[in-house]
Amino acid sequence: MKILVCISNVPDTTSKITFTNENTAFNTTGVQYIVNPYDEIALSKAVDLAAAASGSVTTITVGDASTEPTIRKALAIGADNAVRVDAAASDAWFVANQIAAYAKNNNFDLILTGRESIDYNSAQIAAMVGELLHIPSVSVAKGIQVTNGQASVEREIEGGKEVLTASLPIVIGTAEGVAEPKIPNMRGIMGARSKPLEVIAAIAVEPLTKIKSYATPPARGSVTLVNEDQVDELVSLLHNNAKVI
Amino acid sequence: MSVLVYIENTEGQFKKSAFEAVSYGKAVADQLQTEVIAISIGTVKEDELQKLGGYGATRVLNVSTDNLSSFVNQAYASIVATAAQKENASVVVLSNTFSGKGLAPRVAAKLSAGIVSGASALPQINGDTFEVQTSAFSNKAIATVSVQSAMKVLTINPNAFASKETGGSATIEAYTPDIPSTDFSTTVQEIVRATDTISLPEAEIVVSAGRGLKGPENWGMIEELAKVLGAATACSKPVSDAGWRPHSEHVGQTGIVVSPNLYIAIGISGAIQHLAGVSSSKTIVVINKDPEAPFFKVADYGIVGDAFVVVPKLIEALKKHKGN
Ligand SMILES: Cc1cc2nc3c(=O)[nH]c(=O)nc-3n(C[C@H](O)[C@H](O)[C@H](O)COP(=O)(O)OP(=O)(O)OC[C@H]3O[C@@H](n4cnc5c(N)ncnc54)[C@H](O)[C@@H]3O)c2cc1C
Ligand SMILES: Nc1ncnc2c1ncn2[C@@H]1O[C@H](COP(=O)(O)O)[C@@H](O)[C@H]1O
Repeated sequence: MKILVCISNVPDTTSKITFTNENTAFNTTGVQYIVNPYDEIALSKAVDLAAAASGSVTTITVGDASTEPTIRKALAIGADNAVRVDAAASDAWFVANQIAAYAKNNNFDLILTGRESIDYNSAQIAAMVGELLHIPSVSVAKGIQVTNGQASVEREIEGGKEVLTASLPIVIGTAEGVAEPKIPNMRGIMGARSKPLEVIAAIAVEPLTKIKSYATPPARGSVTLVNEDQVDELVSLLHNNAKVI
Repeated sequence: MSVLVYIENTEGQFKKSAFEAVSYGKAVADQLQTEVIAISIGTVKEDELQKLGGYGATRVLNVSTDNLSSFVNQAYASIVATAAQKENASVVVLSNTFSGKGLAPRVAAKLSAGIVSGASALPQINGDTFEVQTSAFSNKAIATVSVQSAMKVLTINPNAFASKETGGSATIEAYTPDIPSTDFSTTVQEIVRATDTISLPEAEIVVSAGRGLKGPENWGMIEELAKVLGAATACSKPVSDAGWRPHSEHVGQTGIVVSPNLYIAIGISGAIQHLAGVSSSKTIVVINKDPEAPFFKVADYGIVGDAFVVVPKLIEALKKHKGN
């Protein structure tokens, strides 16, 4: 089984988010980058599936050379080889087209992404790649099983879950529950240095959206503390002031 | 020109988020001086479809064939995209539900339309410029996105945009586009839905608890508080990791993102990854025994105290309030 895992290079979850160039660009100064946490889940699942079916795991990242430490981390977790499309990830349409173009020529049985990237949180890539390749997709999966060329996917729905089946190939966006994230060990980290990381040129695609500017969410007013012996007062504040009950 | 709104149903019923989507579509259509057309797929009764007119839809395209009774995102995307072309839609609006997430990017890709997920306000339209705000960096920033394609796809989060009745009515039209059989490559085997609880992403009030509760046996009071408020229950990640609560209740950066009118956090410290999933809540109440807990910094109201003392009192006070 040939598996492709899409890896996005994102700011560490605790990063302070600030902007430069009159709030038109994300300020990367001092920011630590990591493998998008959901992609770690996707990758861990891929490594397990490949081990069970003597398959292989390739990762793909659309990004410039600064994404390579993140890609090496993915190799350390257990991917066999990596591809980097040498271009800035300008929008989801651009990224999805790069991934689809690479996948088209390489016959993967399974393409895994994270359910969303924690920087732009758009949750668009899985379904877009599926559409561009004319194959099924599931955007928010909580469980994946693959047997005899057939995928059984547990999908999150409001207040429950849905189980669906589809023949491979399929694109699946993974969420919590699909696999326990693997932590790279020393052997993995050493081995990652010599694993192949191929850099390919991007295909020409016009992005369809552009981030014009950023703003910081409005600050919340300071907290109104209520004494623990006066919960009635909290109820009245919620009813009369906040008007939420 | 038109604005097309895809309306999701749950077992034939429209939820609150469906009417929010129509109202959003109506507001966009007003800006563009055009009409809003709704499209419903699956088996929905005439009187339910009619409700969409009350929120501003002038026409409802009703697609109901047997093979579409369960959600197949490829086929649904073909239908919505075909309808968008037929109706010369300049904007397509969908709810950012779990199904919406699987559908909207496919619709956008079919139409080569730029897409913005989770639009948090109405678009700013000025001649050829079309800009929409959405949250980025896990609610730590707001991005203004300019959509450059002729057609645009927007999704809106449940509870982010209030529905508004217009008192209008719609004509219902049966619509049966040709869908290739290759679009039916996924088969739904099973749907499990808790019917007795309120769905977390859509809830107006959320009662959430963390590791401060010590163990799963102490969730009785959380559930009772939720019941009194008509709220959904949620939890922090370590709580679901420990198996005290199901994963579907975990909110935060790696869990569900919610934006209820009221979020009550009990025994949760307020780690940045937790806040990422809840900070767009309109009102936040924190109950924590540690006055230094970071959660108080983003709270609107707080009680410094022991949850095991405060929560039962709060339940009593709310019962008294409801009784009046
Ligand atoms: C990549 C990554 C992603 C993550 N994603 C998420 C996520 O999506 N969601 C999430 O929640 N976390 C997430 N986390 C974990 C997060 O960093 C915190 O560890 C977690 O939110 C803490 O949970 P907690 O507040 O329940 O527990 P704790 O931090 O242990 O806090 C317990 C709180 O309860 C209070 N308390 C104790 N006893 C009482 C009592 N009797 N009465 C009242 N208060 C009491 C304490 O004062 C304390 O503030 C993530 C972490 C990482 C690294
Ligand atoms: N630049 C990128 N390169 C490779 N994969 C990406 C990139 N951006 C996003 N992805 C993948 O798409 C998923 C969803 O991202 P998004 O649609 O941006 O929320 C991520 O979890 C990744 O698996």
